[in-house]
Amino acid sequence: MIPTQMKHATTAMALVFAGLAQTASADTLRLLTWGGYAPEEVVELFEAETGHTVEVTKSNNEEMIAKLRATGGGGFDLAQPSQDRIAGPQAEFGIYKPMDLSKLDQTQFIGSMLSATIANTTVDGAVYGVPHVWGTSGLVTDTANAGSVKDYTDLCNADVAGKVSYRLKRPTLIGFAFSMGLDPFAAYGDEAAYKEIMGKVEAKLTDCKPGVKTYWGGGDELMGLMRSGEVVASMAWDTGGWKLNADNADITFVAPASGALGWIDTFVLPAKGKSDDAAYAWINFVMKPEIAAMITNAAGNFTASKGADAFVSADLKARYQASFPPEAVDKINWYPPVPAGLEAIEGGVLDRVKAAK
Amino acid sequence: MRDGTRLGFILLLTPLVLWLTLLIFIPHVDMFLVSLRERVGVGQYDTSLANYHTFLTEPLYLWTFLRTAVMSVVATVITLLIAFPVSYYIAKIAKGRLQSTLFLMCLIPFYVSELVRTFGWMILLRETGIVSNLLQWAGLADQPVEMLYNDAAIMIGLVYTSMLFMVVPLVTTLESLDDAVIEAGYDLGGNAWSVTREIVIPHAAPGIVSGSIVVFMLSLGNYLTPTMLGGKDSLWFTELIYSQFIVRFNWELGAAFGFMLLFLSSIIVWGMLKLTGQTLEKTMG
Amino acid sequence: MTLDATPDLTCTDLTKRFGDVRAVDNVSFTVPAGSFFSILGPSGCGKTTIMRMIAGFLEPTSGDISIKGRSVLNVPPNKRPVNMVFQHLALFPMMNIAENIGYGLRRRGMGKSEITTKVGDALERIGLPDIGTRKVDELSGGQKQRVAIARCMVLEPDVLLLDEPLGALDLKLREHMKVELKALQAAFDTTFVYITHDQSEALVMSDQIAVMNQGVFEQVGTARDLYYRPDTAFVAGFVGEANRWRGAITRIQSGEIEMQTPEGLTLRGTMTGTAPAIGQQADMFLRPEAINLAADTDGLGGAQNVLSGVVTSLLFNGAASRIIVREAQTGADIEVTLPQSGAFASLSKGDGVHLGWQAAQANCFAAGEA
Repeated sequence: MIPTQMKHATTAMALVFAGLAQTASADTLRLLTWGGYAPEEVVELFEAETGHTVEVTKSNNEEMIAKLRATGGGGFDLAQPSQDRIAGPQAEFGIYKPMDLSKLDQTQFIGSMLSATIANTTVDGAVYGVPHVWGTSGLVTDTANAGSVKDYTDLCNADVAGKVSYRLKRPTLIGFAFSMGLDPFAAYGDEAAYKEIMGKVEAKLTDCKPGVKTYWGGGDELMGLMRSGEVVASMAWDTGGWKLNADNADITFVAPASGALGWIDTFVLPAKGKSDDAAYAWINFVMKPEIAAMITNAAGNFTASKGADAFVSADLKARYQASFPPEAVDKINWYPPVPAGLEAIEGGVLDRVKAAK
Repeated sequence: MRDGTRLGFILLLTPLVLWLTLLIFIPHVDMFLVSLRERVGVGQYDTSLANYHTFLTEPLYLWTFLRTAVMSVVATVITLLIAFPVSYYIAKIAKGRLQSTLFLMCLIPFYVSELVRTFGWMILLRETGIVSNLLQWAGLADQPVEMLYNDAAIMIGLVYTSMLFMVVPLVTTLESLDDAVIEAGYDLGGNAWSVTREIVIPHAAPGIVSGSIVVFMLSLGNYLTPTMLGGKDSLWFTELIYSQFIVRFNWELGAAFGFMLLFLSSIIVWGMLKLTGQTLEKTMG
Repeated sequence: MTLDATPDLTCTDLTKRFGDVRAVDNVSFTVPAGSFFSILGPSGCGKTTIMRMIAGFLEPTSGDISIKGRSVLNVPPNKRPVNMVFQHLALFPMMNIAENIGYGLRRRGMGKSEITTKVGDALERIGLPDIGTRKVDELSGGQKQRVAIARCMVLEPDVLLLDEPLGALDLKLREHMKVELKALQAAFDTTFVYITHDQSEALVMSDQIAVMNQGVFEQVGTARDLYYRPDTAFVAGFVGEANRWRGAITRIQSGEIEMQTPEGLTLRGTMTGTAPAIGQQADMFLRPEAINLAADTDGLGGAQNVLSGVVTSLLFNGAASRIIVREAQTGADIEVTLPQSGAFASLSKGDGVHLGWQAAQANCFAAGEA
């Protein structure tokens, strides 16, 4: 009798555990990411393979951090800010939770990129981010009408006055600083030196302002300005330039003489995320070379997935190679982590440039 | 019976009290407390008035506020000048079907989002846009004309966005004016100008004031229109607040800006009410 | 009244069409200076249209309006020597009483002190000297009425138009205001043109009354003319109370006719208007007070019409008390005024009575006119 009862009990418990495991494995993953990073087809494949459901919210760096800050790191299970925006906000607001690297298939990552990101996102000995998509920002020019624009400061040239645009955001400040022969990244740790550099950039941008048509705010706005020919040269992301190139062969992305600015968007776990398992599963899934290539084809940017290049479409590769000859790749200035509080200095500069006549 | 009445009273009051406290009162108190914090180090805050001090001592912020306020006042005046004859026509001259059609036409732009409306103006006003092409076609301009990214474009957008909020109270007050009173004005020797000045405008004053308050507040608090149509020179106060909150992660200063906006705009509205001899009760009643 | 030969207001062949509707159809009349002229008619008869054309708010389709002998057709409302008291008075609620009365004077560019004097005088004349600083909504209905008239009268118009100004008042006040309006007209010595659908207002106040129906004037005359000698069936029915019969004319004798109702009554009356013909349908109107009451036929003293019946209702109303008699032969109800002598004060329901009247008191019109 007793063994039978035990057997029944065991079966029952096993069933209960199985049921629990089932619920645990069928989670909803609330993903806070950029447009194009979670294409519909990838989400469908992921849901079919794991049973999780994915809710995608599209955003940008600033909004991601603002959203997570507002909830103290809640509301999302996985977010994708740039790697330079992790250590600072984490120290200031504590909106992320440490990542357990053992749950990730590290062999899928390009080793150098993974270690660089880990180094940049370590706070108090804990790792907060791993790399996903990387790219650069530089110049998009209409080579027929803006042949003189080879570097950021060339946007101030008289021959393109009234026909240039850029964002009034920190990449512009950094880009102009490099183009003026300064090194803002080296001054990150030294507030006084950084202020001095920003002062010079402010003076330059104020001088340039009369020749600027408008400061663009979103990618679509820039596309409209370039396509209509109202703007012939602008600061932009590489993918924006490549997209325009597909429509008009004269327009393309140009890596500036002083070096394009390199960024890496990461995966981080928000502090109050509820489905870490699903989050790890998503990371492992999208880092598979063939899936990563699908994302590259959708977003235009390359990923930190090892071997994914083989699956990327040929014309995308061709555009990349045209914009980035080997020496240009070497010149890319990769963003180091932004120390907390640096935004205040940049904010003042941006406000004053905006107000300048 | 008395208990029943009381219960009914409490049941009716509860949503109002909940609404006021949860949606209006608590968020503002919270914002106010945030505005009193000063960042002294990584993750460390003190209570101080430093944020308000920043607002008052940085000419850029004061200047931006002043510019926003003046532009909003101008937008309100222009809106009133355009909306008044339109409302008068709808309320007093148009009859029946025409009246409701005209009123509906004022409403139609509000079926689409503000974003789409603003994009519409961008398409019209941009260098390669419709107005520019039309001017060239008509021979009035020999090269593309850029009408976007300046104060006039902001003004057009603000007036367009605000029109309905001026027309509705004006039509309502003008409709309540007995036609016989206007006729009496003419009958006793008044002309169009004196009847408008002595009879129509005094009667419509509550509508004018309430419409103006709403339009002024909407313009002051508008974000999309000035940023999109104003381009590089928009310089709108709400933009400062947005960038403090979202771009700079500086909620403390953003909250202080928010409160200064609330405080200063209240003063402006109060001043206008005093100036025109109206009271808030009369206007909203 | 002045003896000026030029009438204050003359309308000649005045016509106003709205689409196919002739609201006012070829109306002509003159109003002598200083008189009180009323236009009486049911709502929709076109009287308001006439008034608005005189005031200048409507353009006549054809015809002419002249004031003191001068055509005002091309004169805008604010330049016409005519002012109007509106139905709901249309006082300016945004001004106090003195400002209301002074409005027209200010528009004429009169000096401030002169305006103050004139407004003071006007308030004095309407018997409300201390209300100048009050607000419009602080006044009673009767006070507003007087202010509305004063507001026009300070401008010393040649003609004052009044558009049913008593309509909004309660009955008691209305009775009082009738007398007062007449007194004000005499005091200001101005021509009043008064429109109303209330016959008692018109009858009490007017020197001349025009009865209007469907865009035309049915009759113009004094109150007495209209009441006793109506020109048309409409006037006979509209002005005052009347018993009414319809029948076929059976005999004609020197102006008097005899007619037979379908129920079999034979009645005698006097024909007005068109010449009568045997067999023609006619309407007969008979005032309740024209009927003599008697306990027996002898008491009627040889009346040309004699009927008998039973009292079915007593309508006591002081001097204007009436009874309703059910006629014995046809069962028709007839209204009869009780004589003021008190002779029939003890009459009660169910009593038998005899009714009699002379043919001259029953006005007959060819049927189909109304």
